[in-house]
Amino acid sequence: MSLDAIELGKSGRLERRSVVRALLAERGDMLAIGGLGAPAWDITAAGDSPLNLPLWGGMGGAAMMGLGLALAQPSRRVLVITGDGEMLMGIGSLATIATKQPRNLSVVVLDNEHYGETGMQETATRHGVDLAGMARAAGITDARRVDKPDEVLALRDAIRGGAGPLFAQVKIDDASLPLVLPPREASILQARMREAILGPAAHLQ
Amino acid sequence: MSQAWHEIVLEVLKANEIRLIPYVPDNVLKPLIAAIHADPFFTAFTTAREEEAVGIVAGGAMAGMRGMVLMQTSGFATLANVLASLPCAFQIPVLLMISERGTLGEFNLGQAAVWRTMRPTLEALAMPHQVITRLDECGFIADRVIRQALMTQQPAALVLSPLLTGAKASPVKAGS
Repeated sequence: MSLDAIELGKSGRLERRSVVRALLAERGDMLAIGGLGAPAWDITAAGDSPLNLPLWGGMGGAAMMGLGLALAQPSRRVLVITGDGEMLMGIGSLATIATKQPRNLSVVVLDNEHYGETGMQETATRHGVDLAGMARAAGITDARRVDKPDEVLALRDAIRGGAGPLFAQVKIDDASLPLVLPPREASILQARMREAILGPAAHLQ
Repeated sequence: MSQAWHEIVLEVLKANEIRLIPYVPDNVLKPLIAAIHADPFFTAFTTAREEEAVGIVAGGAMAGMRGMVLMQTSGFATLANVLASLPCAFQIPVLLMISERGTLGEFNLGQAAVWRTMRPTLEALAMPHQVITRLDECGFIADRVIRQALMTQQPAALVLSPLLTGAKASPVKAGS
């Protein structure tokens, strides 16, 4: 992955899908949760996979789904990719993650400072609320803000390093992109991920 | 000497390999919570909101670690969206144990008001649920509800009635 692969949007901020593509490239057996809304479409645009769980629901719960996966599979990396509105809705999750300190969990918030799915109303981050600062204050030591392509590549290395928990607030361009929808049937998304983790026995457990 | 309800529940959880127990505390659940923390079989911890605990148990179930969320009635009332759109829609066997507050001698009118939403919400979600009222039925109901949830890949709720737990009546008397 080279720096050229990370694009900037019209605003000069990072282009979301190129960021997600970079974070998921050559992922190995890393699990990925895509939070409700655009991040679910973003992880699908990077390449649909049984290792992906694009959330059609569970508003505010993406980071906690990731914590459950991380606790159940401590030797496997888990990456949660969600939006600023979704993260704000479950902000107490930062305290819960800090309490458990899972080394294999990374939470990446794609922060466009707006509720993109509902008409681009402003979120709290538009007014300067510092999500990375909140994560750090909760006790997630590696909580960083990401603005530039080289910082995306450093984040990618840190996620693979597995010295989590890791939190990143990635400032992105706020353009709304064409939908790239994952499979619609939630029970299939569930069953294929369980099989990817647990093998064929997943369907008998 | 017969077992207490929380000793029975602990055995049922272990027999069914329910290890992951995120919870928001409740006074009636205190002996169960204490016993779970004292047993290294379990991974138990508090969350800021019940909704987080549902997400955690859903994630654990996806990755081979069974779990149950402990809460009281008012906590359940915060969960309709996450239950409908996550465990119900994705067919993930998230188990709930709800200590029933707001009935049979409640003194807090807010708790009494929110109690009225619990059964209609469970019915509206079409979520399997059983109320446990008797000590002699506790083990049977808890075990069968858990097993059915796991075998059918559906979330389910166990409601612990004050008739079972002997939850204390209000210390406040009307007019006093």
